Amino acid sequence: MNLWNDPINFIAGWLRALLTGWGLSLDLAKIFIMLVGVGVLIVGSLVLAIFLVWVERKVVARFQDRVGPNRIGPYGLIQPFADIIKLIIKEDITPTTADKVIYNLAPVLALASVLFLWAVLPLASNIYGVDLNVAALYLVAAGALGTLAIIMGGWASNNKYALLGAFRMVATMISYEIPMVVVLLIPTLLAGTMSFRGIVESQAGAWYVLMAPLAMLIFLISAVAELGRAPFDLNEAESEIIAGFHIEYTGMKFGLFYAGELLHAFTFGGFVALLFFGGYQFFGLEKLGPLVAVTIFLAKAMFGYWVIMWIKYTMPRIRIDHLLAFNWKFLTPLALILLVVTALLHKLLAGLPLWGITLIMFLTNVLIAWVTVEILRAYGRKQRQAEEVLAPAGQH
Amino acid sequence: MTASQIVFLLSAALIIGSALMVVTTRKLVHAALWLVAALFGVAILYGLLEAGFLAVVQVVVYIGAIAILFIFAVMLTRKEMRDTGPQTRRSWPLAALLGLLVLAGLVFLVLDMPDVARTAVEIPAEVDTVGALGQALVSPEAYALPFEVASVLLLAALIGAVYIASGQKKE
Repeated sequence: MNLWNDPINFIAGWLRALLTGWGLSLDLAKIFIMLVGVGVLIVGSLVLAIFLVWVERKVVARFQDRVGPNRIGPYGLIQPFADIIKLIIKEDITPTTADKVIYNLAPVLALASVLFLWAVLPLASNIYGVDLNVAALYLVAAGALGTLAIIMGGWASNNKYALLGAFRMVATMISYEIPMVVVLLIPTLLAGTMSFRGIVESQAGAWYVLMAPLAMLIFLISAVAELGRAPFDLNEAESEIIAGFHIEYTGMKFGLFYAGELLHAFTFGGFVALLFFGGYQFFGLEKLGPLVAVTIFLAKAMFGYWVIMWIKYTMPRIRIDHLLAFNWKFLTPLALILLVVTALLHKLLAGLPLWGITLIMFLTNVLIAWVTVEILRAYGRKQRQAEEVLAPAGQH
Repeated sequence: MTASQIVFLLSAALIIGSALMVVTTRKLVHAALWLVAALFGVAILYGLLEAGFLAVVQVVVYIGAIAILFIFAVMLTRKEMRDTGPQTRRSWPLAALLGLLVLAGLVFLVLDMPDVARTAVEIPAEVDTVGALGQALVSPEAYALPFEVASVLLLAALIGAVYIASGQKKE
C-alpha cells in the first residue's frame, strides 16, 4: 500500500492513524474520513463544473465559427470566474406568487441529482465512491430525482412557461427512460453484473462498443434526452417558452441549474465511456498507476461530453410529437430487439473465443442496423407516395 | 445505541412525519412532495436492511412515478389546488379509535413474533444478492409463478390503457 498504487487507501490510512492518535475513537474516525471523502468528491466535481463552463463556451464558439472567450487570462481561462462573480452579485429574486420553499429547493435538488451519480463512477480500479451491486439501476434512480427537481422548479415558479417546460421535460424523461433502461441491460448481461466496476473490468478483452454498437448509440440518444439538451431541449426551448422551467431563476440559483446541466452532460459522457468504451482501461496503460487511469477515464468522459456538445450545436430542435414518436415507435422496439438478440447470442456463443463472440455480435448489430434502415426507407417511400396522391407533384 | 439504530429512528420519524403531512396539508402538490419524502424514508429502511436492489427500485418506481402524479394533480384539479373545506368529518374520533386499535393489534402481533429482537445478520460483501434475487424470480421452485402473474396483470393494464387512449376507430 503506497501513495502511487493506492492513493485513496494510503491517505485514508494516514488520516485514520492521525485521528486515532488524537484520541478519536476508531468509529468516529471512520465516519469523519468518509465525510472528508464525500466532500473531496463533491468539491472536485464542482471545480470540474467551473472548468466545463469554459470548455462549453469555447467549443460552441468553434462550432459556430467564432473565437469564444479570449479576453481574461490565457485562452480566456479565467472567464468562468468572472461569470461566477457576476452570478453571485446579481439580485436574487423570488417571485411573490412562487411557492418559496419548493422554489428554492429545486436548484439544490437539480445539482444534487447529478452529484449522486459521482458516487458510483469508478475513476480507477481503486478510486471510486462506492461499488454498488445495483449501480446501473442507481443511475436511473438519480435521473428520476433530476426530473423531480425540474418539475418542482417549473411548478413553484408559478409561471405558465415554466410549467409548460416542466411538463415537456416529464414527457421526455418518462419515455426516454425506457430505451435507456433496456440498453443498460445489455452491458449488464454481457458483464454478468450491475456493478460499474465489474462492467469496466469485464471489458479488459474487448470494449462493449464492439459487441453492441447500436446499444451505445441508443444509450447516447436517450442520455441526451435525459439531459434535456438539443435536439431534445424542449424543456427550455428559448424561441417557444423563453427559458422553460428556469425562467424565473436569477443569480446563483440559475447558476446551480446551469452548472448541474454541464456536469450532468460530462457525467453522462463518463457513463458512455465506462459502459461501452472500457472506462479507465486503455490497452494496459491503466496498470501504470491509478492517477494514469483517472486521466484516461476523464479523457474518455471528455470525449463523450464533446460528442454530446457536437450533437447539441449541430441539430435543430425536434417537435414534441416527433420526439415521442421517435422514442415509442423506433428506439423502444429497437432496444427490445437488441436486448433479446444480444441475450440469445451471449448464451449461444458461450463456448467461442472472445474475438469470435465480438465479431459475430458486431456483424449481427450491422445486420440489425441495415434491416432497420431498409424498413425506414420503405416506410418513407410509402409516405411520400401517399402525399403525392393527395397533392400531385408541381402543385405545392 | 448503534449507528444503524440512530439512522433507523431518524428515517422512521421522517416516514411518519411526512406521511402525516401528506394527509394534512391543504395543497395537493405539497402532498405529492411529502409523499416523495415518505417513500425516500422507506428506501433508506431498505438500505439499512442491506436490500440495495429494493432501495434503488423504490426510488426508481415510486419517486419516479410521483412526477406523473404531480402532473395529474396540476392538470386535473381546480386552479387553486387548495382545499378550503374542513379537514375532518364528525365521526373522526371513531376513525381514530379504530386506527389505534389496529396499531395496537399490529404491535401485539409483532411483539409476539419469535425473531422480533434479533439483529440483522450482516451479509458478507462477496455474496451476490442481486443475482440470487434474479434467480429466485425466474426459478420454478421459488417465485416464477407470482412473477409471471404480475407481469401478465401489468400487460393487461398496458393493453387496456392503449385501447382506451386510442379511442374509437372511425368506421
